[in-house]
Amino acid sequence: MIWPIDIIIISFVVICGIAAISVKDLLSSAILFGAYSFMMCLLWAVMGAVDVAFTEATVGAGVSTVFFVAAIFRTSRRTRD
Amino acid sequence: MKKFAVILGLMIWGGLLIYIADDFPGWGDPQAPASVNLSPYYIEQSIPDTDVPNVVTSILADYRGFDTMFETAVIFTAGLACLFLLRSYSTKEPDVYLYRHTATGVILRIEKGGTIPVGSADFERIDATWVPHDLIIKTTCRLILPFVFIFALYVIAHGHHSPGGGFQGGVILGAATIIFAISYNLRTATRNITERFAAFFSAAGVLLYASTGVLCMFFGGNFLDYGALAPLFGTTIAGARSLGILIVEIGVGMSVMAVMSSIYYNISSNGRLNEGL
Repeated sequence: MIWPIDIIIISFVVICGIAAISVKDLLSSAILFGAYSFMMCLLWAVMGAVDVAFTEATVGAGVSTVFFVAAIFRTSRRTRD
Repeated sequence: MKKFAVILGLMIWGGLLIYIADDFPGWGDPQAPASVNLSPYYIEQSIPDTDVPNVVTSILADYRGFDTMFETAVIFTAGLACLFLLRSYSTKEPDVYLYRHTATGVILRIEKGGTIPVGSADFERIDATWVPHDLIIKTTCRLILPFVFIFALYVIAHGHHSPGGGFQGGVILGAATIIFAISYNLRTATRNITERFAAFFSAAGVLLYASTGVLCMFFGGNFLDYGALAPLFGTTIAGARSLGILIVEIGVGMSVMAVMSSIYYNISSNGRLNEGL
């Protein structure tokens, strides 16, 4: 584990997580959540858990983002709160 | 005031978590309690026991086969829940169908009772979610899709030696279906990978997994003890366990692929499967 890479990735994870729950546009929120998943995938790859990173990249960053986008496409794009 | 109390509570809670994290063993510490009891057995015995170099795969599909079987059942149940919640069979036919001739751009308006050019390659149906034909996206997706499928099969089959396995490969296969549905349209995708196909495969994957376990019982072993299948495959016990892992990974891949396609079809079309993203 190389600590400069680690610090950069973890700060990106925190930024993406906070941004994903604070934006009003749900489509941006879904995309930010995908970015968050991808950063988690990088973090796991750095830690050597390549299988977990692979699963996160396919399920978290790939398919679940598509499901969110499809659900937003069928409902509304703006959050009410 | 309430907001302030919530923030204060969260800060105390988060501070406690960070304080506890200090007592955790260091990253990759060989003396950590988690890695002194069972892990050395898996690391040393994985190749003699199961002939699988990737320890993660041998733990996932062999040593903890029950766990993975019910994970697959969870995925299958998620697909079923999505189907039951979203799928609607109301066959409300629209009064007017709009068909566009792809070569010329002429739009045909067909009222109720008229002949519909169903299945003709020259016409495409226009509905509420129709988007103009995009040459770049369609061509790119058509070019990359065969490679995506081949890579997914590689990930399933090569899970013994490299990161991967049934879940990841199945998700990649499902994602390839979704790419196809997005780049063309949902009707084309449901014509090629039909809802019936997806439903059949999502059940068949779980069934393949469970029936492998039952087959082991017929050969005198425990449930999911692939070593008992050695006389059937004509290999050593370790080789039989390796082949058993491959079979159940294929089952997981089938199930996950079908469930991903089915969930996407239902979500993106409000459960009607006639028009969607």
